[in-house]
Amino acid sequence: MKRIDAISRITGQLKDELVICNIGFPSRELYHVKDSKTHFYMMGSMGMASSIGLGLSMSTDKKVVVLDGDGSVLMNLGSLVTTYNQNPENLILVVLDNGCYGSTGCQKTYASTVNLKKVAESIGFRKTFFFKDEINFNEVLKSKGPVFVHVKVEKGNAKVPIIDMDPCAVKTRFMKEVKS
Amino acid sequence: MKLDSSQAVYDALKKAGIDFIVSVPCVNLGKVLKMIECDPEITHVPVTREEEGFGICAGAFMGGRKPAILMQNSGLGNSVNVLASLFKLYRFPILMVISQRGTLGEGISAQIPMGKATSKILDALDVPYFNPQTPDEALEVIEKSWKLAETGSMPVGVLLNITFW
Repeated sequence: MKRIDAISRITGQLKDELVICNIGFPSRELYHVKDSKTHFYMMGSMGMASSIGLGLSMSTDKKVVVLDGDGSVLMNLGSLVTTYNQNPENLILVVLDNGCYGSTGCQKTYASTVNLKKVAESIGFRKTFFFKDEINFNEVLKSKGPVFVHVKVEKGNAKVPIIDMDPCAVKTRFMKEVKS
Repeated sequence: MKLDSSQAVYDALKKAGIDFIVSVPCVNLGKVLKMIECDPEITHVPVTREEEGFGICAGAFMGGRKPAILMQNSGLGNSVNVLASLFKLYRFPILMVISQRGTLGEGISAQIPMGKATSKILDALDVPYFNPQTPDEALEVIEKSWKLAETGSMPVGVLLNITFW
């Protein structure tokens, strides 16, 4: 499955959940598939998607879905430890794993030799999923968090334009949606 | 009676309305961290690395919280990119209460380089910071620093030297 198809299948099963999306092509692909007030697109700070999602999930009753990548989750592995300890029931951390740094020329990540789902399980995550050909996200949405979702996707980026929204506008629009 | 330095920092955080704190400990912040941990009105999240803490605070702010980070100045070095490409880019406010090591009274040589670099890093990032010298000053400066962060939608630092404690 291509990453853009995984993004499309996941967001197609969402309603009013809040989405924090990783820097680079994942955010561009999400923006292209479907723009929504419930989306927070990261345009910088690689590695911070899971942390932003954790802070948000601890401050709202709404469900928070983080779309992270293998390279960026490896850059901030401590976040998994903090998330496990804070134990937010409304947080779903999705790692779209293409085994490489997709936005910079597809250099291999260590996710090709380390199983990220097993890493999450060894930290203590009680609810983990692995998807490759199909994504049953309704099952994920029914689970009590924190949930770790490992999705294996193909290498490569869709040909999608850069996001033409101002970062502050992304934040302001998203915050209104969080409050509503 | 002279106001205790840790009590002043805690009282100022409360007066500012800070209700979400992430931290990486410093020996000088130890007493404040204990006070925060006992306060049911404050969500305290110990983090594995300061950069992660900044990300958590950005998320908490979007959920309506008033966030602060408590850390040693070494943590600023771990957080340069998140300050620039998340906090500055998206205009997120945060109060940074920083134990400023490597200053007058420092006994550990390893603390000196970051001690010298701290204000230069903040200047390079165009982050305003203040340096209260006494508990009374800190009481006022910390509360006003959060107000400035909120009004200006930006990070604001409060550096607390070794001699402050």
